Amino acid sequence: MMNTKKIRNTFNWIILCGSTLLVCLFLGVILWDIFSKGFSSLSWRFVSAFPTHGMTEGGILPAIVGTVILTFITTLFAVPFGVACAIYLNEYAKQSLLTNIIRASIRNLAGIPSIIYGLFGLALFVQALHLGTSILSAGLTLGLLSLPYIITTTEEALKRIPNTLREATLALGVTQAETIKDVVLPKALPGILTGVILTLSRAAGETAPILFTGVAFYINGVSSSVNQEFMALPYHLYMLSTQHNDIEQVRPLAYGTATVLILVVFLLNIIAFYVRFKNRTQD
Amino acid sequence: MNTKKREQIDRLFKVIFKSTGLLTITLLGGIFLMLFSNSISFFLNISPLDFFTGLQWDPETHYSILPLLVSTFLVALGSMLIAVPLGILTAAYLSEMAPKKIQMFLKPIIEMLAAIPSVVIGFLGIVLVGPGLAQVFGIQNGLNALNGSILLAIMALPTIVTISEDAINAVPKSYREASLALGANKWETLFKVTIPAAMPGLIAAVVLGLGRALGETMTVLMATGNSAAIPKGFLDSVRTITATIAIEMGEVPYQTTHYFALFAIAAFLFLITLIVNFIGEYFANHLRKFHA
Repeated sequence: MMNTKKIRNTFNWIILCGSTLLVCLFLGVILWDIFSKGFSSLSWRFVSAFPTHGMTEGGILPAIVGTVILTFITTLFAVPFGVACAIYLNEYAKQSLLTNIIRASIRNLAGIPSIIYGLFGLALFVQALHLGTSILSAGLTLGLLSLPYIITTTEEALKRIPNTLREATLALGVTQAETIKDVVLPKALPGILTGVILTLSRAAGETAPILFTGVAFYINGVSSSVNQEFMALPYHLYMLSTQHNDIEQVRPLAYGTATVLILVVFLLNIIAFYVRFKNRTQD
Repeated sequence: MNTKKREQIDRLFKVIFKSTGLLTITLLGGIFLMLFSNSISFFLNISPLDFFTGLQWDPETHYSILPLLVSTFLVALGSMLIAVPLGILTAAYLSEMAPKKIQMFLKPIIEMLAAIPSVVIGFLGIVLVGPGLAQVFGIQNGLNALNGSILLAIMALPTIVTISEDAINAVPKSYREASLALGANKWETLFKVTIPAAMPGLIAAVVLGLGRALGETMTVLMATGNSAAIPKGFLDSVRTITATIAIEMGEVPYQTTHYFALFAIAAFLFLITLIVNFIGEYFANHLRKFHA
């Protein structure tokens, strides 16, 4: 009797630890496979040159530049709107039917598949607003996709600011807008920044929303206008691994692109963790 | 600045902030309108009966959502078969058994897994999982539903682990103490008291993970082979709703039946994810009330 119980306990222990180990193993295998084959493709030339010979040689500079500019446009658009909406929800709005509807909308927006944002960007920015397939259309589309995440994380950051701070300034005769600008926002800034950077690291890796809104397989020269098509790291990886004429030959380049993409995303995550960590130790 | 001017600025900002709140409703409404107005244009040309009961998706001639719908659910449900047990057991280990040090080590790992872009996971489906499946099952290539399910499971795991862990952590300590005081050991307490008590939260975790899997595009587009026939099993190539939109939208002429058809299947996907997320939210709220 005692023995079967012991065996069962050991078995339980094994399935719990085993599951956890397997989850860790997934990450290990992903990183090991990409990095072990990708690092050999990395060189200064790879990140600083244009692709040549029908994508079979050269670098990925235009894709890196495209992703950086794209993420920048997304930030310019999504952060002001997202932060303003979070301020409304946390600082002004009372529990009412309207705020319930706004919150339900935000939750639903966060659950909509990214490809549907792509369709919406195509219908709204590319066709209805005549922005064409361009880095501007794609950036605005990614901005819409990022909006619910920025609102949610900003609201979390605002919630952590104690109410006594707001009450103290209001009691001194300062208006609510001034309280927000001079007291609440500066205090919440690190928390907001963490959320924004994490959201952008997601946006930088997205492919589906930019498919029909402006990304291109190849462009001649880095474009100087926001009305032109662009190259992006995730789409470049997709094309190299599925659509290229000579998939086997460009595989090292695909691994190299995947490595750069993962490094960019992890770098943004590390910055976000650093901001969060520094903020915590200050308190 | 005089007080009057300051108060005017104050009121102005209140209006600005409120209008951004209204923007989110407009955005959701806009997406809804865009999908359904284009779907109506589609159903003016094609009868809904053909759309829901036909057996073929073959643009220009047959527009039936059935093969795409079966593919979408096959891949997503397959991914849940893998991710649900793994995710819940990992969450149970993390919150109940793991020493503090291991917890501190595991949480960043789960967050890193969530941060990997879907296109990279899809790439691994082509270069690693696909060839692996081909070898194990002795088939020509490993781009099939099983490949997609494995990859989507990896992508859904962070969601499932995180929400499950919150749910298990939210079970009051007194439940565990009562169980232990009655002579149950820690395993009996975990499986017969803690996990059942956390059930609404665990269901929310699974449903929200499913929502994520149903709406994922790049991974399934790259790893499942994209043949638009009704699949017979996990080793068949499949083509989900998301992959169909991704493949065909770039090539269709503006405002043709084919163009509208892609919006119609997108509207259907939108409704499915809306319902799935609504169910997930319901259970998540239930959990909050339960432990409030």
